[in-house]
Amino acid sequence: MVTTADRTMAHLPDEDSGKYRVMTIGARVVLYLLALLFAAFAAIPFIWMIITSFKTDQDLYNPNHSPFEFTTPPTLHNYTLLFTSTHYLTFIANTLIVALLVVVITVAAVVPAAYSLTRLAGRWGENLGILIFLVYLVPPTLLFIPLTGVIADINLQNSWWSLVLVYPTFTIPFCTWLMMGFFKSVPWEIEEQAMIDGYTRLGAIWRTVIPISIPGILTIVIFSFTLTMHEFVYALAFVQSSSQKTVSVGVFTELIRGDVYFWQSLMAAAALVALPVALLYNFFLDRFIAGFTLGAVKG
Amino acid sequence: MTAPVYAAPANAPVEPATKQGRFLLEREGVLGPLLLLPAVVYILALVGFPLILAVLYAFSDVTVGSPHITSTKDFVGLANFRVILNDPVFREALRNTIVFTVVSQVIVVVLATILGLVLAEDFKGKRLVRFLILLPWTTPIALSVLGWFWMLDSVYSPIDYVMREVGLLGPHTPFGPARNMYWLGKTNLAQASVIAVHVWRTLPLATVILLAGLSSIPKDIVEAANMDGASYWRTLFKVKLPLLTPIMSVAILFSIIFTFTDLSVSLVLTRGGPVNDTQVIATWAYFKGIQGGNLAQGAAIALFMVPVLVVIAVLMLRLARRTETT
Repeated sequence: MVTTADRTMAHLPDEDSGKYRVMTIGARVVLYLLALLFAAFAAIPFIWMIITSFKTDQDLYNPNHSPFEFTTPPTLHNYTLLFTSTHYLTFIANTLIVALLVVVITVAAVVPAAYSLTRLAGRWGENLGILIFLVYLVPPTLLFIPLTGVIADINLQNSWWSLVLVYPTFTIPFCTWLMMGFFKSVPWEIEEQAMIDGYTRLGAIWRTVIPISIPGILTIVIFSFTLTMHEFVYALAFVQSSSQKTVSVGVFTELIRGDVYFWQSLMAAAALVALPVALLYNFFLDRFIAGFTLGAVKG
Repeated sequence: MTAPVYAAPANAPVEPATKQGRFLLEREGVLGPLLLLPAVVYILALVGFPLILAVLYAFSDVTVGSPHITSTKDFVGLANFRVILNDPVFREALRNTIVFTVVSQVIVVVLATILGLVLAEDFKGKRLVRFLILLPWTTPIALSVLGWFWMLDSVYSPIDYVMREVGLLGPHTPFGPARNMYWLGKTNLAQASVIAVHVWRTLPLATVILLAGLSSIPKDIVEAANMDGASYWRTLFKVKLPLLTPIMSVAILFSIIFTFTDLSVSLVLTRGGPVNDTQVIATWAYFKGIQGGNLAQGAAIALFMVPVLVVIAVLMLRLARRTETT
């Protein structure tokens, strides 16, 4: 699994020794041009976000000023405004607390489940694993209405606790599938040896499998964290008070007041969260994709 | 559960009978289900049960004010569906959802193939390019769509500025005489914008999945084609792309689900407007069910996603099975 993903990155043409890879200058120009074009298409809203966040009002709100230059010097005023006169810090704090609790619940449920499916259930476990993965594909937009009823029933409406409860419904399925991939790569003999040495089954798991699987556990920690940061639908449906909102929803609903848009602060708020999350996600993306390919590209 | 057969994993050496006895003492049949229990209970309680509830809601009269089905009198048969299907807005939302998904995913297949081939080559700055290209997928969707919302602003859109500078927009120009395009204010442009943002959002996922597939093509096959003197294009169309079909199918099936069931793009970008021209099933379910408080109708609207989801789940299971047997 991991090897497939690693190879995706370390795809060096020389090793492939295919003749077609000896490119003409023309082909190289086309290659760079395409890369540039796609990168620009992908990144442009974020570039515009960052530029906007440093602009003054008189610079930004003049259609004759170039959007890509600073007619007046860049300012930090919009950031000060964001941190001092909005609920932004509350949104950030709520998001982090929710994410932390979701990570704990996810790891606690996923590690034993994935172990059970890979080690204790044989062929049957692999199929059940795929079924659990498919649960990840049940969209929030199908569940948010009945869940609104459930949340009201247990008196969690309008509280970020409702999100702590509901978010594991998508982190557990996806992370179980990822974790199964990790456990499969741990040699069975290690636990066997530990058990021969006199440890109980659980003792052997705790002393051998878990330490070896730390990179896998770290991956599911990062994923449940980023998936939580990404979530929008449930947060929008369940939470209405400013004091309880997470970043995605808070920025969208609170920094736009009717027809008044605080564009610079709004963009600052979006960029400050979006880019760090992207960086974090990027580190582990190859593992994520290995999970998504459903084993269809097993090295 | 009637005593599931727990076997040693496929990759484990076959255990002699004496060791098997030892494992039974450790009671795998107990430990296995026990470790699995928390995850399964969680999923059954908060995915399985709400799914059933969604169906019950759709045939009932529940609202945010009274979200309980207390007696058979709360069931109203097909009334919700009758109301929904007679509503022109719903029909438009259903049509939009299908059109947005089909058009955006056709574009994604083409662009992902091109981008995948670009990223399969080696060039300077590839890591940075890859990071940038992945941004639409790795950033929280509601925040990144806000970026597009501002990109497509009716007055300050940088796209409009560039178009004015190169003489495409403004008095006496092809798109003039207006000084702005009003991307989100005109039906066709708003729909095209929503589609473009869906393409933007799902392209990275399809590309990296395809890239994983590209790197798993056995080298000897490509080399053999080269030895036979096949050109880059011939190798591409006759050898590589056919081999990539299964993995591309996986990528597009995911992509279809994310686009078909998406709420964020239409909601943040246009709130379903102008009028209801970019309304989709998810936004309409949200407006009726959550904002309007009519949980029953909202649930019934959302149920129209289910047929597509079922078809995709079946196709995925088939793909997964096929890769298992080969």
